[in-house]
Amino acid sequence: MSETIMKKMDENRWLIEPAGGMRVPGILYTSERLLRDMGGDESPKQVANVAHLPGIVKYSLAMPDMHWGYGFPIGGVAAFDMASGIVSPGGVGYDINCGCRMMTTRLDLDAIRKQLPELVTALFQNIPSGVGSTGPLKLSPKDSRKVLIEGAKWTVDQGYGTPEDLEATEDHGAMDGADPEKISARAMDRGKQQLGTLGSGNHFLEIEVVEEIFDPIAAAAFGLEQDQIAVMIHSGSRGLGYQVCDDYLARMIKHMREMSLNLPDRQLACAYLDSQAGKDYLAAMACAANYAWANRQMLMHWTRETFEKTLRKTPRELGMRLLYDVCHNIAKIETLPVDGQLKKLCVHRKGATRAFPAGHPAVPERYRKVGQPVLIPGDMGTGSYVLAGTDRAYEDTFGSTCHGAGRVMSRAQATKLSKGRVVHRDMADRGVIVMASGRGTLREEIPEAYKNLDEVVAVVHRAGISKKVAKLRSLGCIKG
Amino acid sequence: MKKYRVFDHTADLGIEVFGKTQADLFSRAALALFDLLVEGVDAQTTASTEARKLVIDGADSADLFVNFLREILYLFNGEGFLLTECRIAQIAEKRLRADIRGRRYDARKDRVKTEIKAVTYHQAAVVQTARGWQGRVVFDV
Repeated sequence: MSETIMKKMDENRWLIEPAGGMRVPGILYTSERLLRDMGGDESPKQVANVAHLPGIVKYSLAMPDMHWGYGFPIGGVAAFDMASGIVSPGGVGYDINCGCRMMTTRLDLDAIRKQLPELVTALFQNIPSGVGSTGPLKLSPKDSRKVLIEGAKWTVDQGYGTPEDLEATEDHGAMDGADPEKISARAMDRGKQQLGTLGSGNHFLEIEVVEEIFDPIAAAAFGLEQDQIAVMIHSGSRGLGYQVCDDYLARMIKHMREMSLNLPDRQLACAYLDSQAGKDYLAAMACAANYAWANRQMLMHWTRETFEKTLRKTPRELGMRLLYDVCHNIAKIETLPVDGQLKKLCVHRKGATRAFPAGHPAVPERYRKVGQPVLIPGDMGTGSYVLAGTDRAYEDTFGSTCHGAGRVMSRAQATKLSKGRVVHRDMADRGVIVMASGRGTLREEIPEAYKNLDEVVAVVHRAGISKKVAKLRSLGCIKG
Repeated sequence: MKKYRVFDHTADLGIEVFGKTQADLFSRAALALFDLLVEGVDAQTTASTEARKLVIDGADSADLFVNFLREILYLFNGEGFLLTECRIAQIAEKRLRADIRGRRYDARKDRVKTEIKAVTYHQAAVVQTARGWQGRVVFDV
């Protein structure tokens, strides 16, 4: 059990006052109900641990979907001063630039109802998924480097999508500073085989329908309307990202021992932003981030192709337009307000999403009046939320909000609980067609294993760090 | 016969492994990792076709344990090498030499049980007890 003392600030925020080696306070965005459901989860203690890190600015934050992670909690947000601060691979996570993209369509539920089973089956056949799945592309060394530097643009240049897709992708699908020399031969090798694969675990591709609109003006700007069909893709940088994280965690643990930097948890391993190790990690992380964007772009292209073939409709009839693509495992150099002044910071979002406000130049022009779209995937078969970024997030949470439902149950517990249940049949009873390649995946991913998404989103909406725009219900889902 | 115990951990999977000697503990941990990864892999049912020699370093015995498991997990994830036998030829606190045998992973025949993304340093430990050696490690799945 965690002994971290938390003080209620208001309905949505709990404070951890600095104690021991904490350099700043911790603030948890949560609710009475979510806190109760968290039981003995140690993420509050991890929020306090993160507050020990050199150069941390203002406070160590956690979003309402928080749960235990390596070093940093999942749902953790922390920003560091460029001169005195650090970067930490554990503050990003193994799956670098794990993220989501959503496509809207010109279809409504009636238009696909009959063909839904066929559509899900076709997606399952056309999108490589599952453990260790490999993609149909064999990348040359030259192309591999290009993917790492150019990200989604490389994919579009190969004919998978349009330049308009890049405008609707965070950072236009490519982070600056990527240097393929900074990633290991092992990471490179794993990357070569897996581009264009969904992966396993909580990654998925889902057909959804807009069930409720909360903010008609923002929804209209995002191109969302009631009963419309949309597609959500949740995937990341696959083995390449895991390998980059693994390589740099080992290097930084060694580095910390040499610097005799004493931290409460070995997995907080980090390096100063101005050190060679720090710079190298950021350059390697950018490669993995770009790989993930290239990957999601490709998965989206095949989704479009599958819709065209299965429904026998033209791209124009389908109108499958990328609403937005966000990453939720990343460290970024961003300029944000600190005590009334703009400051360049290294913002870590581990299981947290950027939520920039209306008017911010990083928000695509077509959404600039309403704020950046934020995509919040639910657990298997429950659907998703679309939110919009706010000024409050910009001021209070380093332009960040939650990222999803967040686990409350270990995979083993979920498997035990679902014993004897035929999960895909349970899902079918709820009106969701699910296909998965891994036998264990469905049982590990049962809805009970996750926090209540409505409650998570209610907290960020009430706290004002993003606002609800629309809710989508799941119709069909493919999983690894 | 299982020579390891799986313990529950939010979002992840941990194992506790036991051995008569430190070398025994390490080789059992290697087999435990592959038992979790792939269905029905052991020396009795699988003919090995490849042999490899490993030299692993670590700052202490727990670090060595993690680094050893990281290496063989990479061999699987990165090169499709399925370990079936493991002999620790030499082990000290900070370095080990291992002779491992195995075969190619065959996507048509082999069934992956759990995707293990990484071996983590979280609560990693190697201790000598009255009855032998005990190791603990958490995998990111």
